Amino acid sequence: MYDIAIIGAGIAGSYIARELTRYKLDIVLLDGENDVGNQITMANSAIVHAGFDASATKLKGKFNAPGNIMYEKVCDDLDVPFKRCGSLVVAHDEYEMATIHDLYQNGLKNGVPGLQILFKNAVHAMEPNLNKAICGALYAPTAGIVSPFELCIHAAENAVDNGVTLKTNHLVSDIKNHHGHFEIITNGENVKAKYVINAAGLYADDIYAMVGKPYFKLRARKGHYFIFDKEAGALVNSVIFPCPSKKGKGILVAPTVHGNLLIGPDAEPVSDKSDLATTGERLDYIKENALKNCPDLPFNKIIRSYAGLRNTPVRDTFTTTDGDFIIEESPVRGFINVAGYESPGLSSIPVVARYVVESIVKPMIPNIEENHNYNPKVRKHLRFDEMTDAEKVEIIKADPKYGKVICRCETITEGEIIDVIHRNAGARSVKAVKKRTRAGMGRCQGGFCSPRVVEILARELNVRLDDIMYDQQDSAYILSGHTKSVKEEA
Amino acid sequence: MIYDVVILGGGPAGLAAAVEAKNAGAENVLILERDRELGGILNQCIHNGFGLHTFNEELTGPEYAERYIDQVIALNIPYLLNTMVLDLHDNGALKSIHMINEENGYLIIEARAVILTMGCRERTSGAIGIPGYRPSGVFTAGTAQRFINMEGYLPGKKVVILGSGDIGLIMARRMTLEGAHVQAVCELMPYSNGLVRNIVQCLDDYNIPLKLSHTITFIHGKDRLEGVTIAKVDEKLKVIPKTEEFIPCDTLLLSVGLIPENEITRNAGIVIDNRTNGAIVGELRQTSMPGVFACGNVVHVHDLVDFVSEEAVLAGKGAVNYINGDLASEVTFTTSNGDGIGYVVPQQVAIKNVADKVTFYMRVRQVFQDQVVNAYIGDQLIATKKEPKLLPAEMINFNITKDVLAQYPAGEIRFVVEEAR
Repeated sequence: MYDIAIIGAGIAGSYIARELTRYKLDIVLLDGENDVGNQITMANSAIVHAGFDASATKLKGKFNAPGNIMYEKVCDDLDVPFKRCGSLVVAHDEYEMATIHDLYQNGLKNGVPGLQILFKNAVHAMEPNLNKAICGALYAPTAGIVSPFELCIHAAENAVDNGVTLKTNHLVSDIKNHHGHFEIITNGENVKAKYVINAAGLYADDIYAMVGKPYFKLRARKGHYFIFDKEAGALVNSVIFPCPSKKGKGILVAPTVHGNLLIGPDAEPVSDKSDLATTGERLDYIKENALKNCPDLPFNKIIRSYAGLRNTPVRDTFTTTDGDFIIEESPVRGFINVAGYESPGLSSIPVVARYVVESIVKPMIPNIEENHNYNPKVRKHLRFDEMTDAEKVEIIKADPKYGKVICRCETITEGEIIDVIHRNAGARSVKAVKKRTRAGMGRCQGGFCSPRVVEILARELNVRLDDIMYDQQDSAYILSGHTKSVKEEA
Repeated sequence: MIYDVVILGGGPAGLAAAVEAKNAGAENVLILERDRELGGILNQCIHNGFGLHTFNEELTGPEYAERYIDQVIALNIPYLLNTMVLDLHDNGALKSIHMINEENGYLIIEARAVILTMGCRERTSGAIGIPGYRPSGVFTAGTAQRFINMEGYLPGKKVVILGSGDIGLIMARRMTLEGAHVQAVCELMPYSNGLVRNIVQCLDDYNIPLKLSHTITFIHGKDRLEGVTIAKVDEKLKVIPKTEEFIPCDTLLLSVGLIPENEITRNAGIVIDNRTNGAIVGELRQTSMPGVFACGNVVHVHDLVDFVSEEAVLAGKGAVNYINGDLASEVTFTTSNGDGIGYVVPQQVAIKNVADKVTFYMRVRQVFQDQVVNAYIGDQLIATKKEPKLLPAEMINFNITKDVLAQYPAGEIRFVVEEAR
């Protein structure tokens, strides 16, 4: 019997799991996917928002700015790339400037530091590649860019380092409330726990419906993105948001923390929560709208397009949305919902996790004891490409596998790939290696390195090459079997 | 030790350049190869058809490579395998090369001349942005070729191929021979991008339909590929509504173009031609950085390896001439691509370095019937190349003799497609 079961190993579940290890608790972290951080965490704008847009009366407004400020420490502990590059909300006319002023005032209420309203010349001095028609902007120096899936993976790894049991490929199909404990039925082993934290992303409403009368519904909204080659990465220095309107937040242009350029997302309601298909029409829409603020976007430098889903909560009557996170002990005793966890969820997570643990979980559990062995730091990743020449010399001496480059585009060595396979919450698929090391994320998109990554995974996990999946266990196979000549030899 | 010539890449271009440099008198030649053996992409090209021009016989890729590897060994040219070059720096008379491998760790070596022969890579589905899901089962044709021919594994059983580049055509046959069902090859353009002989031998002989003016409009399958929607396109390459057709398949191979791999070249500050995506080169394949040469697919994508070897001989000669102080640097002619021509290599000619002729390599932008390629300096027609049919898939070799060029003091040589006079 576990003390706490967390359903969903996305950014919320993984980070809360880690936060819980500050206490002596027996924790299990469950996910239906073949890897942690594989749904919403995997495909979003990767921005640590400054926190000026949500209303101060909402949890979003309350948690975003303080969450943002913790990012240096968090990313240092978890060894995740983070850059405080700042953001601009740009205005094209007087009407939009009025919105900029409103956002500024709201930002002050939310405690966002350093906000400034910039006029035309200052904007273009800061960002020379923007549309010359832009007449002003709200500058938020605290906004940042991060690798969301690395943050999630490293949080999960650190949680396991500190004693959490991680079970991937455990898709929850039912939960039995035995009043005193819950029994969670999965397609893997079943799990018993005294308390449950429901951090199941898009499916948190379905999960809650297994134990209680539904009081919120999650609507999936799809957003399309493009990633550009690093050659285009310096087009903007900060995150460029269009001025929000009734139609929505609009298409942003942002550098990524790894030096690429990202544009997106639109917002398209979809009924199927696994509908990650891009459409030509929507991709064109992204391009057109991104050009409004950034007219020199080099579309011939696009290396990938994809879609991600948001989980927008609709409360009570199921008709109106109050657009806020649902973070509370539910009407079912001992069952905590962390739901509707959409933007700015990533930005808020350091504070949200603390809130869940200190203000919701701790009061529930009598005689909770501190874990004095809690170590917030993951073992540092050795990123060959970022090392000095002297460090490169040393690391290859210490481990020659760092002298063998597997991914040419991103200069990722075999040593780095082997390392992420054998860490806690380690990589089991080609996509999992890609998320952790960037092998396959460059301009050749895995053309050269994917056969090598398959080979390394098979060798390190002691299985056949055709046992290695691209992503989901069993269904996302890469190879269908041996060729005739190999079969004949056998 | 200071090397005379260091060659970045042990594929067909690098091997031929090394052999030529050594034969022309360079003493210390070194080949750096990132893969585990010499031969480059030829190692996975187990079909025949290589070497018709060079050796007058049909060899497989590995056999063609072996001819050069044997010479490299006979000439005692050293090579390092599993070695990745990280950087190339110009220190004036010497170039320094930073590289790593498992055995030697982080190495910096110096060379009087460098030849870039890194080859090319395949355009990806990301680059062409096909809508739909992102499942496994979508491969570039070359990646699938490596899995089958080098690793002994099949990527799938029901196949659709997008793009009629040569690797795609070769893979259509290869997968058919492995028992897979290749249902169609879709080509966006109204003409194939592969060699005619490959269409006959790889598609027609196996009854594999080539669907010209077709593209893929949707990729189906959340985990593994489950099918593709294909559709017809009009002359502007826009999808024609209501021509969509669903083809169930578990594998999609992409053969949608090759891009010269010039990360090292760009980082070194060498000038790149936007038309070829390779370095701007001279008649002996000298780049904008004195002492650095480039040849093969890293300069422009070739369709026959024989011409890669031919170009490599020029670079090998050029490197040795440079070391000996015999390479003239004043550019006499530049070249340009006029109507109908996509690019021309070399982009510059120093007439003093030319022995008897210059071979200009070029590609046309579209299919032309009963037309010729004319070369002009100013208004003056200096040479004509006749072909029964001009195809974008088939590189044109246009020879102009030194005698003809020597009649002009300097200028721009412009190549255009025109009606035969």
